[in-house]
Parts: sequence; C-alpha cells; structure tokens
Amino acid sequence: MDPLESKETYKQYVDKKSPNSPILKNCFNAFWVGGLICSIGQIIFNICKERGFDTQMSGTIVSIILIGIVAFLTGLNLFNKIGKFAGAGSLIPITGFANSIVSPAMEYKSEGHVMGIGGKMFTVAGPVLVFGISTSIVVGILYLIFNAQSITLV
Amino acid sequence: MDIDWSNVFEWTTLLKCFVTSGLICVIGQILIDKTKLTPAKILVIFVTTGAILGGLGIYQYLVDFAGSGATVPLTGFGYNLAKGAIEGVQQYGLVGAFTGGVKAAAGGIAAAVFFGYLAALISKPKMKKQ
Amino acid sequence: MEKIGEQTIKFNTPPTILECAAIVGPKEAQGPLAKYFDQTLDDEFWGEKTWEKAESKIIKETVSTVISKAGISSKEIDCMFAGDLLNQCISSCFGLRQLNIPFFGVFGACSTFVESLMLGSICVEGFANKVLCATSSHFCSAEKQFRFPLELGNQRPPSSQWTVTGSGAAILSKSGKGPYVTNITPGKIVDMGIKDANNMGAAMAPAFADTLISHLVDTGRNPSYYDAIFSGDLGYIGKEIVIDILKSKGYNIKSNYNDCGVLIFDKTSQDTHSGGSGCACCGTVFSGYLFKQLREKKLKKILLIATGALTNSTTTQQGETIPRNCTRN
Repeated sequence: MDPLESKETYKQYVDKKSPNSPILKNCFNAFWVGGLICSIGQIIFNICKERGFDTQMSGTIVSIILIGIVAFLTGLNLFNKIGKFAGAGSLIPITGFANSIVSPAMEYKSEGHVMGIGGKMFTVAGPVLVFGISTSIVVGILYLIFNAQSITLV
Repeated sequence: MDIDWSNVFEWTTLLKCFVTSGLICVIGQILIDKTKLTPAKILVIFVTTGAILGGLGIYQYLVDFAGSGATVPLTGFGYNLAKGAIEGVQQYGLVGAFTGGVKAAAGGIAAAVFFGYLAALISKPKMKKQ
Repeated sequence: MEKIGEQTIKFNTPPTILECAAIVGPKEAQGPLAKYFDQTLDDEFWGEKTWEKAESKIIKETVSTVISKAGISSKEIDCMFAGDLLNQCISSCFGLRQLNIPFFGVFGACSTFVESLMLGSICVEGFANKVLCATSSHFCSAEKQFRFPLELGNQRPPSSQWTVTGSGAAILSKSGKGPYVTNITPGKIVDMGIKDANNMGAAMAPAFADTLISHLVDTGRNPSYYDAIFSGDLGYIGKEIVIDILKSKGYNIKSNYNDCGVLIFDKTSQDTHSGGSGCACCGTVFSGYLFKQLREKKLKKILLIATGALTNSTTTQQGETIPRNCTRN
C-alpha cells in the first residue's frame, strides 16, 4: 500500500500510525481532580452560606478564592504540573480559566507592563469572554423578545 | 456567627458535586484526546454550551442537583452569564441584556485579571522539567 | 559545480567542513549525546532576562566557539548564513550583529541549518574562501511564539515534539581535508494536508521521502551507498512513517537510517514524546555528534536531510524539505 496515494489516504495512514493518548488514564485523572476541585468549591460555598451570604454572592466568593489559589499555584510554577496530570480535570473548572489568564500575563511580562502583561493577558482566555458574554446577551435579548417564562422549555 | 460544620461537610451534597463535576471534566478530557481542539476552543465550547443551556433553563436543574459541581466548571460560568442577562432583562429591559451577564460574572473576571497581574509582577515562568 | 538529474547539485571542488561547534540547553545536557557538545548550559536563561536574549547569546557564543576552534580570525570569513525560528529571525540578527561579517538571513524552519550549509557550499564553490553557517532554537521562545505560555496547564499529546534549546555552527572552507560536501539536493515544498500542529513528524515525512528519492535517482545511488542517512527532526512517528513510505516505493532504509530528533533525547526518561525538533535539533546533532563521527572516520558517507514545517503562529501549514548530502572521501 502506498500511503502517499492521496491526502486522504495519508491522513488515514497517519491517524493509524500516531499513538493515541492514554484516554482511560486521562479520564480517570480528570474525573477525580475535577471532582475534587469542585468539591473544595462546594465546601467554600457551604461555609459562605452558613455565614449568611446569598447563593449568588457565595458562588462569586467561591470563584474568587479558587482563582486566587490558581494564580498563586501558577506563580509558583506548579499549576502546569497539575494540568499535565489532570488534563480537563483542571482545565474545565474555573481554575483552567484563571490559569489561562495568569500564564500569558507571566509569559509576556518581558514585553513590558502595558503591552506585555496588559495586552497579552487575554490571548488564551479572551475568546471565552467574547463567546460567553455574546451568548449571554443573545440569551437576554431572546428572553426579552419572547418575554415570558415560556422561554424556559423544560 | 457559629458555623454548623455538619452542614458544611454534608456528604450527599459533596458526593453529588464530586460525581457531576467529575463527569463534566471527563467529557472535556474526551474532547481533548479524541479531537484536535485546542484548550481555548474547548473552554469556548463549554462556556457557550453552559450559556445556551442556562438560557433554556435546563442547566438550572443541574445546579439544583449538584451545586458547585455544576457552577464551578466553565459551563457554570456560561450559565451564570446567561442567568445574569435574563435577570437583567427582567429588571431593566433591553439594557439589562448587556449589563446583567457581566455583572453576574464580575467577581470572577475581576479576580482573574487582578490576581493574574499580581502573579506576573512577582513571578517568572520556568521551563517545564518534563 | 554542475546540476545532475532533476534537482541535485554536484560540486567539482567539494567544500570542506572545517570546524563545527554546538552549545545546548539543560535538557539536552541530560540526553544521550551530552558529551559531544562543546558546552552545556545549566539554565535556560543563561544570565539573560528573556529567552529571546538567551537564544541570541547561545548563537553568539556558538559562533565565537567555532571561530576560535577553527583557529581563524573572523575577518577571514567572507559571509555567513544564519536563521532561527523566531519572527524575522531575530535571534540570529541580534546575536551576530557584532561580528561584522556580511550576513544572509535564512528561514527554512527546522531545516535552516542544512539550508545554510547548502547556500554556504554554493558560495564556497563560487567566490568565497570561508563561510560561516549557524542556527539556533530555544524551547521556551518557540513555545511562546508557536504554542502556549509555559505555565498553561495543558497536556502535550504523544505525537508532539520537544524543541531543542541550543545552537549549532559550522565553517565551510575552500580547502581542507574533509569532510566534504559533495552533493546537495534542495527539496520541493510537499504538502500532504496534515493540519495537526502537534504532529510535525507526519507533516514533514512525505517531504523527506520525496527529497531522498529525488536524490537517489539523480545520483544513481542506493540507500546502502551511505553509511548512514539522517533526517533532521522527524521524531519517532516521522521516522516510522518514512521507513514505511520508502518501503512502499521499493527502498529499504531501515538498517542505516536514523533521526536527529530521536538521537538527542532519551524518550523514556526525558518525557519528550515523539523526540526533538527545532532548528537546533539537526544543527546541534550534526555539529556536535555527526561531525565528530565523520572526522574520526567512524562514518564515512552520510546523507543528512532536514525538513522544516513552514508554519507560523496563524497559519498552521506545512512542509518543505531541504536535504543535504555530505560525503567523506
């Protein structure tokens, strides 16, 4: 068989030839690390509730504390090791979002404070805000158009 | 104010939170390993999905069930944005669609910016050893 | 100098590779080839403030080393060819600006070193007496420009490769006792549609195969003519693919073919996945290891084919090849 017959056959050939990621192991690590991070969040949330904060504010406090911890770990050059081990387990929780802001900020410090840290801070996380905020505005406008609880489909 | 620690460590809540968030992360891991999507694209997918499910009112059920297990993952960030936009509309009409989302997520965004700047000030990136 | 066959150039008075030097970073210093390099660094900054500055320093020091090893003065060098991975080849420009040698900037991605040697050889065959060729790459600056910030907690897929930190430099001379550059075969741009920036070996392997076959056809040689055939930085996956492709075309290169990216790191203990990559990969492996093998006559005739993924941070495309053929008499 000639793998170079066409782009298509070459792509199939390469896919077969390239080693797969150890997906079971990765999923297992992602599961327990992700679960653990969110459970820590839940504990902080419960403490806030006990302290008398409302749900909205408790959720915000959880985010701020987790983001602060991640910024600290990233600054200590530790978070990339956690990320390498846990994959999506540390990427998907708010910790991944925080890390994706902190890491370019550190990386581009050499280009100065304004255009370096300030300008490049959102190179990875920017799209998350663009699409997240845009979607939320569309959701809000659609809600306004249908102007009723009937938008809640379920 | 006294804290009732048995409420804080209520194990059924924690278990539901652990399992739900774990499964959400597993979905992310499968996307990483089975597709060629970059981390940024995966984050975008999760936020957008969360915002859409939040807008449809579906994600609320997951939040009621799993608490932080549903709000801490980035889908929860999207849900929070959408929920904030809807509440903004209820309160202020059209302008609320623009202010509500970011207002609800303001704490997280501001914290990430501030702590990110702080970390960059005091720390330097190091080469990965492995 | 004459053209033979489709794309090969044969030198009538083959240029000699007078001297080589290589400096590598801390990770390469733990690799299996560590003892062949002129200098190994303890940290990736080397006293500089940024990785870009460190990379410039590495190429500058490598060039100084090769000039002093050759026992010549920099005034004797007629011109130099150098390049690296960073935008506009800034490491080479900044690192070599104090040398006062006429400068040609070269960009051939990971094939830059071999491309420089080819162009340098043509100059030596023409007007020049001595030509300097150099290249560098740096893991951190390359990751920063092409991939993600170092502190981002992402997983590297098994097909990804590790950019070599270091620099290799060589001086070509009109007269000398060898090793000689006898034939060069510039490769064509080959694009087989691989879009995965984490699988460079697969993207570049078809280009390698294309150039190797052109070279063999043009020169009328068999793979067994060479003591060894090396690719620049195809890595483990690229290496396997190349062996397969050539087998399907009727060539067996399994016994005398290897890859610089495979040689420079120890896969199991260094967690470098598919192997080394970057300009400095074949630059340092050739300057440090292969050149010494040639000089000690452990290898007599080698064929070095470096391939580069022509990619930038926005368009992830690929691949061309620049091969070079170096025969020792």
